[in-house]
Amino acid sequence: MTTIDSGVGAGVDGLADVTSSEDRLRRFLLGLPGVDQVGAEARAATLSTRSIKTTAKAYALDLAIQMIDLTTLEGQDTPGKVRALCAKARRPDPADSTAPQVAAVCVYPDLVATAKYELRGSGINVASVATAFPSGRSSLAIKVQDTKDAVAAGADEVDMVIDRGAFLSGRYGMVFDEITAIREAAGDAHLKVILETGELVTYDNVRRASWLAMLAGADFIKTSTGKVSPAATLPVTLVMLEAVRDYHENTGLHIGVKPAGGIRTSKDAIKYLVMVNETAGPDWLDPELFRFGASSLLNDLLMQRTKLATGNYSGPDYFTLD
Amino acid sequence: MVWRPTLPTREPGRLDVRKTYKLYVGGAFPRSESGRSYVVTNAKGKFLANASQASRKDARDAVVAARKAFGGWSTRTAYNRGQVLYRIAEVMEGRHDQFSAEVAAAEGLSISKARSLVDASIDRWVWYAGWADKLAQVVGSSNPVAGPYFDFSLPEATGVVALLAPQDDSLLGLTSVIAPAIVSGNTAVVVTSFERPVPAITLGEVMATSDVPGGVVNILTGSASEIGPWLASHLDVNAIDLCGIEDPDEARELEAAAAENLKRVRRPAEEDWFASPGLSRLTQYLETKTVWHPIGV
Repeated sequence: MTTIDSGVGAGVDGLADVTSSEDRLRRFLLGLPGVDQVGAEARAATLSTRSIKTTAKAYALDLAIQMIDLTTLEGQDTPGKVRALCAKARRPDPADSTAPQVAAVCVYPDLVATAKYELRGSGINVASVATAFPSGRSSLAIKVQDTKDAVAAGADEVDMVIDRGAFLSGRYGMVFDEITAIREAAGDAHLKVILETGELVTYDNVRRASWLAMLAGADFIKTSTGKVSPAATLPVTLVMLEAVRDYHENTGLHIGVKPAGGIRTSKDAIKYLVMVNETAGPDWLDPELFRFGASSLLNDLLMQRTKLATGNYSGPDYFTLD
Repeated sequence: MVWRPTLPTREPGRLDVRKTYKLYVGGAFPRSESGRSYVVTNAKGKFLANASQASRKDARDAVVAARKAFGGWSTRTAYNRGQVLYRIAEVMEGRHDQFSAEVAAAEGLSISKARSLVDASIDRWVWYAGWADKLAQVVGSSNPVAGPYFDFSLPEATGVVALLAPQDDSLLGLTSVIAPAIVSGNTAVVVTSFERPVPAITLGEVMATSDVPGGVVNILTGSASEIGPWLASHLDVNAIDLCGIEDPDEARELEAAAAENLKRVRRPAEEDWFASPGLSRLTQYLETKTVWHPIGV
């Protein structure tokens, strides 16, 4: 386990100090220990060989369903599609009422009101992307307004994107200020910060961006928008889980992690759960602290669930398309 | 008579390069997920090869591969499917010697008898290839209806077909169950003869090199009794041929399992593989779509 020693001292006071000026923030982020790329990939590959069967598998499948942010982020989204998605979020398997509900439905800001209405009384959160998703290329004023609109329409969670251009050119202070501004605009809503790891190039950058987002007040750090390939991968999520674990070591705070994009099978989802348990710890095996951004994953989880319950292999014909 | 080259005799003392026999799933040649293999002997009990012994999870993967291939294969033009089947016959012709030797070893036949079986198998592919673009004319219809409509009934592929291939006839029987299933646009998961799988493995290699898209035919070597129940109860399989099940009670159980999602079931029966096959296997795996189209003025 890495205890962060950045020259400013560990512990809550030390971390509070690193954000006091852009210079100190930069020194802290650049002083983070580098990620051993080969080691991280090997670790992720080793963890994904674990065999999860029978009762453990049944538990994992239900947990994974409860961790899903059922997502639709297409230009062609209509209120009708969002309504269908919300119905699925409430009752994922029409043939089996024991299947748990998902954690949240994730939509564009203009569809938040529709989703909010459809999910009333269900306890399922509405998440909205904001801040000029997915590129994040507009002025801060527009991003703040985008966030306020989403929250005003009833979003319980806000998924913001960071300005990757600013991050990659080393303007960490600007990214930090942007996240704090959105944090403020989001009010009580849960703030998830999308790092878009597919554009950050190195694991070192992923670690820096994770710390930057956590220091700026993120409740969750999220891998990707789903619009860039590669989206979530196991090693990237491993690096983020380590960051979350180390942040907890230093501050006692629990920050959530959300891999999004490219997770389509139960097998993949279970690999992530194993990694969460082994890296961040069992505290994180909770929809409050770990989510999957996905839509097609749900059907595969339901098919596996049906297989466990009936003993027969199921097929996609028996589940809704989205 | 086809021209065949006379091969020079082998250099003495050269080590054989032995083939690893594997499954054929989704256009690739994986080993069994279970890691199992079993010994295949020739008709006299002499060691022939180690074949992969497929498990239920290989069957599951094969169904996924077949389902994935279904959209592309079933929407190809019938003419193109006919060409692809004819290509299978062409590539088999090029491997005639290999097939003959394998059939002779598997079934304990003389090489000339085996040759005639391989000839018949190749001819069967050509015969079914010809049916690809004639099926709709023969089993489809234009229906007279009491209204201002054209009304057509068209045959369409049913989906993923599980084929438990015959146990005795290792190539002609195998061909006679695969070809009618795929010619109309279905995709197939084949469980080969348990004791005589080698010609089927070679047929997989032929498929891989003859324009058949990956996943259209998936070949699993192993026990039909072991894998059959998983395929029969699989909700994403649309039809099953129980040809390779020899015990009538077992066949009945599989048929009952297949009823869960109303699979089309072909019961095991006495077959004369040399006889003209007729249309029954072709039409077994078809659905009929009827279209009403208003007549214009």
